[in-house]
Order: sequence, then C-alpha cells, then structure tokens
Amino acid sequence: MSLANNLSTSMFSSSSSAFLAPTSFNASRTRSVSVPLKSLNIVKCVATPQEQQIAYKTKVSRNANIAKLQAGYLFPEVARRRAAHLLKYPNAQVISLGIGDTTEPIPDVITSAMAKKSHALSTLEGYSGYGAEQGEKAVRAALASTFYGNLGIEEDDIFVSDGAKCDISRLQVVFGSNVTMAVQDPSYPAYVDSSVIMGQTGQFQKDVEKYANIEYMRCTPENGFFPDLSTVARTDIIFFCSPNNPTGAAATREQLTRLVQFAKDNGSIIVYDSAYALYMSDENPRSIFEIPGAKEVAIETASFSKYAGFTGVRLGWTVVPKQLLFSDGFPVAKDFNRIVCTCFNGASNISQAGGLACLSPEGFEAMQEVIGFYKENTKIIVETFKSLGFKVYGGQNAPYVWVHFPGRNSWDVFSEILEKTHIVTTPGSGFGPGGEGFIRVSAFGHRENVLEACRRFKQLYN
Amino acid sequence: MSYSQFLSHVCMPHAVFLQLKTSSKSNAGSSLGHCSKVPRNVNLEKLRSGYLFPEISRHEFEHLQKNPNASLIRLGIGDTTHPIPDTITQAMAEHVRGLSTIQGYRGYGAEQGNMALRKAIAGKFYQDMGIKADEIFVSDGAQCDISRLQLLLGPNVTVAVQDPSFPAYIDSSVVVGQAGELEEETGKYRNITYMNCGPENNFFPDLSTIPRTDVIFFCSPNNPTGHAASRQQLKQLVEFAKANGSIIVYDSAYAAYIRDGSHRSIFEIPGAKEVAIEISSFSKFAGFTGVRLGWTVVPEELKYSNGFPVIKDFNRIVCTCFNGASNIAQAGGLACLSTHGYQALHNVIDYYMENAKILVDGFESLDLNVYGGKNAPYIWVHFPGSNSWNVFSEILEKTNILTVPGRGFGPAGEEYIRISAFGQREQILEASRRLKVYL
Repeated sequence: MSLANNLSTSMFSSSSSAFLAPTSFNASRTRSVSVPLKSLNIVKCVATPQEQQIAYKTKVSRNANIAKLQAGYLFPEVARRRAAHLLKYPNAQVISLGIGDTTEPIPDVITSAMAKKSHALSTLEGYSGYGAEQGEKAVRAALASTFYGNLGIEEDDIFVSDGAKCDISRLQVVFGSNVTMAVQDPSYPAYVDSSVIMGQTGQFQKDVEKYANIEYMRCTPENGFFPDLSTVARTDIIFFCSPNNPTGAAATREQLTRLVQFAKDNGSIIVYDSAYALYMSDENPRSIFEIPGAKEVAIETASFSKYAGFTGVRLGWTVVPKQLLFSDGFPVAKDFNRIVCTCFNGASNISQAGGLACLSPEGFEAMQEVIGFYKENTKIIVETFKSLGFKVYGGQNAPYVWVHFPGRNSWDVFSEILEKTHIVTTPGSGFGPGGEGFIRVSAFGHRENVLEACRRFKQLYN
Repeated sequence: MSYSQFLSHVCMPHAVFLQLKTSSKSNAGSSLGHCSKVPRNVNLEKLRSGYLFPEISRHEFEHLQKNPNASLIRLGIGDTTHPIPDTITQAMAEHVRGLSTIQGYRGYGAEQGNMALRKAIAGKFYQDMGIKADEIFVSDGAQCDISRLQLLLGPNVTVAVQDPSFPAYIDSSVVVGQAGELEEETGKYRNITYMNCGPENNFFPDLSTIPRTDVIFFCSPNNPTGHAASRQQLKQLVEFAKANGSIIVYDSAYAAYIRDGSHRSIFEIPGAKEVAIEISSFSKFAGFTGVRLGWTVVPEELKYSNGFPVIKDFNRIVCTCFNGASNIAQAGGLACLSTHGYQALHNVIDYYMENAKILVDGFESLDLNVYGGKNAPYIWVHFPGSNSWNVFSEILEKTNILTVPGRGFGPAGEEYIRISAFGQREQILEASRRLKVYL
C-alpha cells in the first residue's frame, strides 16, 4: 500500500471534499453541514445578512426540494472526513474501507477491447458518432443472454447506461413527484436522496431521522434483514437492493416471492437493485425476474462498477419489462425510453466496448476472478471482527461487512476508528436510522491493505 | 428487418417505441394482464410525440424500407462523421491500458470531474474571465446537463426558450413539470415563454416584448439557425436577466465553430457571472458524440433569491444523481485541450465548415434565403409559405437526403429546413448537386 496511492485517490474521488476546502471558495462561501446528524452544531447553508446586502441575488427561488436535504450526499461527506484526517496526520497510512471503490486493475481482455475501440475512433471505418440512447445492440443482447438467459427478458427490455446511480435518478424522473416510495432501512442513500430531490417527500423529521412520506422498511438482524411486509404501508414504488448495500444481506427465493406478491397485491412497482448479484455465494436468486410474476411488477438495475472495476469507466443497465404497466395500462418502458432519449445520450461507446468484452467467456471469467479476490478480502474482514467478539453480518453475499456496535453512535465509532487506526469506514446511520449502531466496512482494497487494516482492528479492539 | 433491428444496426439515436399518441388511454391493461396502481407521470403525458431526432430516424427507416437501394445522404441529425485525431484517441487508449495496471488503475473519480481537466477547460476557454476550475463541472454531455439543471431548478420555475431552439430545453421543461399542456393551435406548451428568433429580428428576440421568466435558455451559435449572437445582443440579454433577476442557461456547444470573432462564452460579458450558467460539450468540438463528454460552468456568484449559491445545489445534484463522466472520455478531453489536440480538432472543424460553405453556396445559387452556416455547422433554409415536415418529406423522397424540418425546433421553425454540415466531402458535394437539380 502506498500513501501516494491513497492520496491520489483522495484527490480524484468524491468530491465535496475538495469543493468545500477553505482555499477553494471566496468570501461569500457559506458553511456547509459536515457533522453527524445528532451533533449539536448543524449549520444551515444560507448566506449571512451582511453578505445578502453586498452580493447580487437573482429572483429565482431555490428549489425547495433540494433545500430539504440535510447534508451532503453520504460518500462525499466520508471523503471530506478522510481528507481532513490526512491534513491532520500527513504521514498516516490511511486505509480506505469506506466508499465502496474498487481497487484492482481491470483484466487485460477488457481493457484491450476498449483500447481497440479508442484507436478505431481515429479511422474512417471504425469511427462512430451518436449511438442508440438505449445502448448498442450487441451489448444489450449480451446482457440479455448472460444475465436473463431463460427468464424471458429480451434485448429490447434492456437499457444500457452510465451506471446505476444515474439510472436511479432517471427512474425517479420517469415516476415524477406524485408517487410514494418505500426503501429498506438501512439502504443505499441514492434512493432516498433522489426521492427528496424529485419532490416525493416531506420534510426531514429530526426526531426519527426520516423524511416524511417515505416508508422506511426496517431491516435488522432480528428480522433477518427482510422487512415484515405486514407492517409496511402500500407505496407506489419499492426500492429493494439484494445483495444489500450496506448490510450484505441477500434475500431468499421465499422472501422475494413474498415481495413480488406484496407488490402485486398493492399494485406497486419494485425497483430491484442487483448491483452486487455476482457476489452471491449462497443459492439465492440473482435477478428479481427469477420470481414468477416479477415482470409485471419489477424494474431491475445493475452495474458493471463492482463486477469489472468500472467505477470510473461508467457502465450499467436497467431492465424494464414490456409487461410493466402504469395504472392506465401505459407501458413503463415507453416512458423510460422517452426519458432516456431526452435526458440522456447513451453510455460512452468505449465503455460499452469494454462491457461487451466483460460478457465474453474470457472476460466474464476474468471478472469472476476479481470478484473472487474481493470476496476473499471480505472473508478476512469478517473473520477478524468475529474473532474480536463482534456481531457481524453480511460479507457472505456482498463485499460489505456490517458490524454491530450496540448502543453506540455510528459517526462516533467512525471517528474513533479513523482517529485511532487511520482506517476509513462508513457510519451505518448514513444509510438511514436503521443503520445506527452499525459500521459498514467495505472489502475493496489491495490485499496487503486489507490485512494491515485487520491487524489494526485487532489492536484497537483487543 | 424489423425497425428496432434496423436502428440498432445503424447505431442511430432512436426510440424503440415510437409515434406515441399520448392522449390515448389504453385499455391494454385488462387484456395484457396485471396493471400496477402506479399513476403515469402526468408530465410525460404532456409530451406529444417522441423526441425529435428519433422521429427523424424513424422516417429514415421507413424511407429505406420503401427504397432499399436508395443512396441516402444524412444531413439530418447533427452527428459528427470525421475520425477523431490520433493524438486524442491515443491518450484514451493509453489511459485504458493504464487501468489494467496497479499504478494506472482509477476507480471512482470526483463527480465534478478530474481537476486536471477542469483546470484545462478553465485555462483554455475561460482565461481572463475569472472562471475558476472549481466552477466547472465535467459531464457526459450537454443533453444530460440540461436535464440535471432542470432537476436542480425544479418544477416551480418559469422558463423562456428561443423559438426555434434545440428541443431538449422544452422537452426537459415539460418532463420536470414546469410546463402546462400543449396548445394545439399554437404548438406551444403553456407556461413556457417562446422568444421568436428570425431573420426579421436578426435572430435575437425583442426583449421588450418578453415577459419575465426565472430561467432563459439561450444557445449561441444557435442550433438550428446557426446565428451567433453579437456582443451587443449578449449585453442586452445579460442586462435583461439582471433587471429581471433571471438566470440564463447559455448553451455554447458550437462555440468552436465561430469564425467571425463573435463571443464564445457568455462570461465575456461583464456581469454575466451573476446571472448565467454556461453549458458546453466536446461532442461537436471533438467528434465525441459517442464518447460522451461535456461541461457546465456555474459561477460562485450566481445566487438564488435567498442568497444561496446555485453552485452548491448543482454540486449536490451532481453528487447524488450522477457519478462522473467516464475517466476514459476525460483522458481524451485533456488531450483535446493540448496544443496539438486542439489544433487537430480545429482542422476537423474547418473541414465541416468547408462543407457548410458548399451547402450555403449551393442554396444561395438557387435564390433561396439561407441563414447560418457561417458560425455553426447548421444551415437554416427558408421555404416561405411551406409546411416544413412536407418539405422534409419531399426532399427525402425526391433526393434521398435527410434533413430536419424546422417545425421540430418550435413553431417559429415552420417554413424552414435545417441542414447539417457533417459528412464526408463527396456526400456533401453530391447532396449539393441533387438539391440544385431538385430545387
């Protein structure tokens, strides 16, 4: 592990860290929230009265939906803390097990396809301009056969994108502001944040740390990280991620069957996030479409990020079955297509060339090897925490380890770990109130860093 | 071959499901099986047809079905055709190869873009304008940025667009809920202000007749008219925005095509930083239509009515709804801005503008009123009294040339045809020949 490597990563990785640094803003900068939600000095981001007199203001009202957001997006906040820590301890060998960022080089078979495509763009025969917004036919076909082989999902049900996070927001644009949604609690923050931005929610309620009008489906060790659906109110949309980020829980066939039935009974649409499907060790469904009837109730998003190390290359996909209809019978895929054609212009053709290589037999095998490497990391981390007497969840079907710190504030634990071991993790409360008392440790990293991190955990908690 | 097979084969932008009569409430649900109880987004219902450019593709497809041996010349969708200079693709290939190494591997980048690229953009395009690297957000293109800006602005703002204009401004406005219903008679969406731009007003709206809106979309050099606003016009625009407390979203995607010394950036106008956001793209500049790279400038000085900096909220959108442009495209972008890369790209632009000249000369020789083609790769031809979709169809039928009907860009585009100047020289010459014969 090299400090230099870590430092350069910190400069390139998210985001607000650099943006909010003191030197990058002029006098009219306003303080931004960077503290745990329960902490005392939350500062609202408005200009001081003095500045209002001096600086010109337009007469355009700030979008009230964005004003509802409590703090920066979670991962830039973690990055900012990391950067601040590095400033404080310039010689510290910081190990990042926070943001789930892949670290291992992309297999040659995949990059050589992308290099070939790059060079081809300089030739008359090989040059291509705009691609189909839905993605290249060959990629869509390969995705269909690789992941949805005998599930009745066809090539034209698949929309190639620049990643799941972007697709989540595009789906929200399709749904609009007049739908209700449910999320797992804890869950990947983009579902809630995009919902707030779209205007689907009410204000943030500080006492419960939830946005009004979102149905939070508590997922805990007690309920096997699957919500008790009998206590969940009907919503239009249900976001469900399995294998789960952050808990690592993978829903069983039986659970998913109940989820599909629940959606069917309620006339809801499931947005199923399968970004970690290939990390599954157990015999659970990898796609929601393995459940009969799912095509009438579910959309599935997925990503090459964690499979192929494409976190920076940017490639993902969303499946919208033809059978999925709005209440008036209008196919959801038609509206999604319209959004894709209007608000997007296709994933990069070079990234798509890489995606195609990922789905070749050689490429797929190479991806599995890298995934296997990260799974081995996960195992090491799980064993470490277990040996220290912690209750540990996840790690079996996802590259995340969900460690319980009963009774403790997760941002405090995050800070303590960072301060005492120079290891960056992610505080569970960043994923929702159901994450309080937990820390998410991600298993991406060079092997020696993971081993070193585990040594430090052992030192701290022994 | 089925339509969708065709479209995928030629890799044109297209809509898989087209010709949507959105007013029809289908009873399909009962016969097709389960319907969710999720109401369709009423904003999407307001959109009348597919996005303009997939519609053009559909016409192309149908024409080829009927005339399989037609030697079609595509001067419709503004898609670049010239190979990307070596120096740029080599940089991308090198970056890609680096991704297979420990030292060269990169995971998530900053959502706002690589700092080196942001600095290069600032240095190349905003030198002396006081625009800093951290006011620049690198993206996967202007079309995507337009929608992210709409998400930022939200449903409760009013917008003004030029008429005619690039359809994404209006369509994204409808999608986000800023617009009312489409008025059939005028072809305009309620609640959007359409600023007429034609030869009679030198393609600049008479601002004294324009009501205040929160946001003003302004594209220069203009797609589709090709007009590059003068300094005088831009000063008026900035003053107008300042007087009204409005925000200009200035689309400078074609700035690299300017030949006559017109302004490239709105920020060349004093005071613009307090009233404008600028979007731009590598698409037409570098042939990156498929590679996907662009940027948006949000000055720190730009404030909402409550004093809150717009840049902070845009940053939040970028961090939440986006995950950065591809690092490969960004490596290419950096090479585009090197001395060598930039020169090579301007040679390609010269090539396209030579195409434009040939087309302009051709139309002018036919005594047609022709606009644009001087500072943009688009030629805007007037066919007085005509229905532009009819002219589009006739040209396609009789000469096998694809164009874009002006009406697709707004009601004031009726009577006009947009011809794009991208293409191989032989095709441009051939197109010019055919048009001279037919017209």
